[in-house]
Amino acid sequence: MFVFPSFLQVEQVKLIDRFSTSNKSLVGTLYLTATHLLFIDSSQKETWILHHHIAAVEKLALTTSGCPLVIQCKNFRVVHFIVPRERDCHDIYNSLLQLSKLASYDELYAFSYNPKQNESKRLQGWQLIDLAEEYKRMGVPNSNWQLSDANRDYEICDSYPRELYVPRTASKPVIVGSSKFRSKGRFPVLSYYHRDKEAAICRCSQPLSGFSARCLEDENMLHAISIANPAHHYMYVMDTRPKLNAMANRAAGKGYENEDNYANIRFQFVGIENIHVMRSSLQKLLEVSGTKALSVNSFLSGLENSGWLRHIKAVLDAAVFLAKAIAVENATVLVHCSDGWDRTSQVCSLGSLLLDSHYRTIKGFMVLIEKDWISFGHKFSDRCGQLDGDPKEISPVFTQFLECVWHLTEQFPQAFEYNEAFLLQIHEHVHSCQFGNFLGNCQKEREELKLKEKTYSLWPFLLDEQKKYLNPLYNRDFSQKLVLLEPNTASFNFKFWRNMYHQFDRTMHPRQSVFNLIMAMSEQNKQLEKDFKELEAVSNLTGRLGKKECTLSHRGKIKCVPRLPFMLTFTELRGFAWVSCCLQHFLSCFCCPGQEGN
Amino acid sequence: MEFAELIKTPRADNVVLHRPFYPAVEGTLCLTGHHLILSSRRQDNAEELWLLHSNIDSIEKRFVGSLGTIIIKCKDLRIIQLDIPGMEECLNIASSIEALSTLDSVTLMYPFFYRPMFEVVEDGWHSFLPEREFELLSSVTNEWRLSYVNKEFSVCPSYPPAVTVPKSIDDEALRRVATFRHGGRFPVLSYYHKKNGMVMMRSSQPLTGTNGRRCKEDSALINATLRAGKRGYIIDTGGGFEQEVQYPQYNILQESLIKLVEACNDQSHNMDRWLSKLEASNWLTHIKEILTAACLAAQCIDREGASVLVHGTEGTDSTLQITSLAQIILDPRCRTIRGFEALVEREWLQAGHPFQLRCAQSAYSNSKQKWESPVFFLFLDCVWQILRQFPCSFEFNEHFLIMLFEHAYASQFGTFLGNNESERYKLKLSQKTMSLWSWVNQPEELSKFKNPLFEANSLVIWPSVAPQSLQLWEGVFLRWNRSSKFLDEAYEEMNNIIEYNKELQAKVNALRRQLAELETDDGMQESS
Repeated sequence: MFVFPSFLQVEQVKLIDRFSTSNKSLVGTLYLTATHLLFIDSSQKETWILHHHIAAVEKLALTTSGCPLVIQCKNFRVVHFIVPRERDCHDIYNSLLQLSKLASYDELYAFSYNPKQNESKRLQGWQLIDLAEEYKRMGVPNSNWQLSDANRDYEICDSYPRELYVPRTASKPVIVGSSKFRSKGRFPVLSYYHRDKEAAICRCSQPLSGFSARCLEDENMLHAISIANPAHHYMYVMDTRPKLNAMANRAAGKGYENEDNYANIRFQFVGIENIHVMRSSLQKLLEVSGTKALSVNSFLSGLENSGWLRHIKAVLDAAVFLAKAIAVENATVLVHCSDGWDRTSQVCSLGSLLLDSHYRTIKGFMVLIEKDWISFGHKFSDRCGQLDGDPKEISPVFTQFLECVWHLTEQFPQAFEYNEAFLLQIHEHVHSCQFGNFLGNCQKEREELKLKEKTYSLWPFLLDEQKKYLNPLYNRDFSQKLVLLEPNTASFNFKFWRNMYHQFDRTMHPRQSVFNLIMAMSEQNKQLEKDFKELEAVSNLTGRLGKKECTLSHRGKIKCVPRLPFMLTFTELRGFAWVSCCLQHFLSCFCCPGQEGN
Repeated sequence: MEFAELIKTPRADNVVLHRPFYPAVEGTLCLTGHHLILSSRRQDNAEELWLLHSNIDSIEKRFVGSLGTIIIKCKDLRIIQLDIPGMEECLNIASSIEALSTLDSVTLMYPFFYRPMFEVVEDGWHSFLPEREFELLSSVTNEWRLSYVNKEFSVCPSYPPAVTVPKSIDDEALRRVATFRHGGRFPVLSYYHKKNGMVMMRSSQPLTGTNGRRCKEDSALINATLRAGKRGYIIDTGGGFEQEVQYPQYNILQESLIKLVEACNDQSHNMDRWLSKLEASNWLTHIKEILTAACLAAQCIDREGASVLVHGTEGTDSTLQITSLAQIILDPRCRTIRGFEALVEREWLQAGHPFQLRCAQSAYSNSKQKWESPVFFLFLDCVWQILRQFPCSFEFNEHFLIMLFEHAYASQFGTFLGNNESERYKLKLSQKTMSLWSWVNQPEELSKFKNPLFEANSLVIWPSVAPQSLQLWEGVFLRWNRSSKFLDEAYEEMNNIIEYNKELQAKVNALRRQLAELETDDGMQESS
């Protein structure tokens, strides 16, 4: 058996800039630790790559300068090393293969990651997001919707959470019957309740209808959902798949709802492609964007051929359709795809984001991900390839969701409390396996892994550093009411997300970031406000002591000559001591009042 | 007055105006010599359209029964629609607009009739004289002189009367070099790099012919710009031999613009179609090529420490794009408002870019004239691309560039009339029309064009020309195709944060200063 070295160190390794035409490179030492690959160049700059982030390692043909090794990461970093000796390169290559392809969950970083936090704080962290609270915020349970205990022990559906909200009129037999008629038992449940419209977003998997099968309980279930919306007599059923795919599924005994069998439903296909199409689309996109000395036309035609932006638009279009059905028509919408954990999660979460400003806050966005992605069983482990498994299960479904959110932040720069860095950081940790949140494929699996006992939750860490993720332009007024965001989805609005797919290729980015500057200024403004108040207090105090007025508007032009009183009372003396001390503090700041550099 | 003959129907009632993102407005349409005016019957007069005839690029007529519709496509890329009741009225109005928007005599253009409503503090016609530029140059080097060899426009009809040339080359030699260069455009100084004394020259292509004719004065002139033992570079942007950069001719650019605008105006394109249309337009390819060439020139000068001669065929189009962009990269002064205006004057207007020919029509032109070309427009787009990558290094904002784009195509000011200084002299523009700069440089106008993020950056700025770093100039190409309300509000908010920051800093600093003085005084009292 191959035993990988716990610590491997190779000197004189070259790190090549993958876009430089002149083959610019840095020379340094490469180290392998149990969790990271580390490269320290001659200027002591460190590049850390988490083993879990490695998507592929490739050894290229030997060149005169050494053996090239290309590492592609799930966060879209691509590093190109040249290792002087082929033997070393081979060792690194084999070690990385071993380290990045793990067979079991307990080998993942999350189980060894130790941020040196005490146990109670760790547990508190896991309690930060409370979905029961979230449903309460939406206004459920209420007279139409209730918490069902049907799946309390995962007996009906093992990929759903224990707590599910269903219409009050849906009896247990109806729920059980419906679940038997749905792929993987994923029967229709509440995803989002719109308080003002009394309309709901519900989600499920495809019905096992084949060419003609019916299920009375399932029909009753949909009817129950329909009448849980008091204002309306019809509901939408959105099949997020292309019609052709849905029809093909009928041959396998699955398929879609027959409008004739269900009372008052309006059936709609929206045509989002499946995980395999999305995987190969991203593959093509990365191939194009990774090309050296790329021409504009190859880039644009490559972008087109990859189909990536077409898919992004399809997802966003579906979300807009969903949100409008609720906000404009007051209609309840049931969303499904095949198993109801990929496209359905995308559309339900984006629809909610368009409808409810709460999800456009930092905390709210965490809740949204916990609800529609984690708890409803988006298969993070399979889709992100956390373990060495079926490569056909890997797909950038969640990345697409983040990209759709990014496009919304571009169109509505003031509607989101969080910024692009927040989206990028979440993407980073979905793949890092450093925190427990995204491990496993469903809640049941997570409970079995005892994640809440053995690992940390990502969210408190993001909240702790939330300063980095705040959008300085965020306008709370934008979020006072439940106002629908109506993005323009004409094709020309969709752009290549350079900051995601080239986040490590600094040469492609604007050299000055307006965003960082405004963010720093916003922060500085808070500090300045504080300084101003304190200075004013000091100045009032000195003014009183010295009996001399200094007004703000004179900008220090006038000369203040305080006349010290001959006798000071005890309190005044103390006051004076404090003044001197404050003066010292502010004078030290005074020397460098300049603005933040960029 | 001639205009009266052209206006068959001066007014029409019950005309309905359709514009993107605005509700339709009904009102009275009036045609004057230079404007198309629509005023609604609303009391507050809020819904009014004033459109310069010269801004109209093309018009289309349609009829449904007796209701006529005129679709007006403007040079600033906007498209508006007028519904005019009555077939005859509609036809009359259409033909009047057509005639008024295609006046062939320059002296009939609006700038000759425009009377400014503002007081001229500084006459823009005298703001950017070559003598003043030369004064600046003289303060750093004495190797150059201002030659008036062209004062009668006889040596080179498209050059200004005064040009900067090496001191060692006399006027007689210049005359001889002029005969060796296309259109008489002999090499002149475009830019002097203070940091290392390297220069950028520009000219037209040499007339070497098939027998490889040479001109010793031409070589002497070029050699005079080189330091002893140093190599120089020639960047050829078009024909000729010394081919280094392949770069499109101007009629190709026009076609590119037409295709791009067509693609942007169709909202119904699916993603694949949009991307393939964007690609087929080649606009971004041209942007990349020009920026690459400008970077190359700048690199030779700043990194290689070599002097550069840039020329195309005529030296009036691609040459100027490259020399002016290289200066924006190299010279912080060109990134200020004043400096950019000087650059446009020096490298475009005085350098003889034929504005009147190139900007006669814009993206909706169907005349397919080979002299029409968005050369200056493409240059502005390139500047925008650099501005996006260095958003804090420019004193002006995007609106400033858009304003220049608009005025280059249709304006009440005389600045962009004519094709070169010689024509402008003959038209007596400086006496008969107002300069754009006189208007722009008023403090209240300038404030709209100031970039709140500006912090003078004395460094050379190298833009990225990777396709992933280049973008469609949405502020121009999507301006009329989508609402920018949320983006405008965000920009406003950004301004507020910056303004508030300045205010707070000023207040806090004032207080600190006061306290500092207090402390010094205290100290003095204590020690005494």
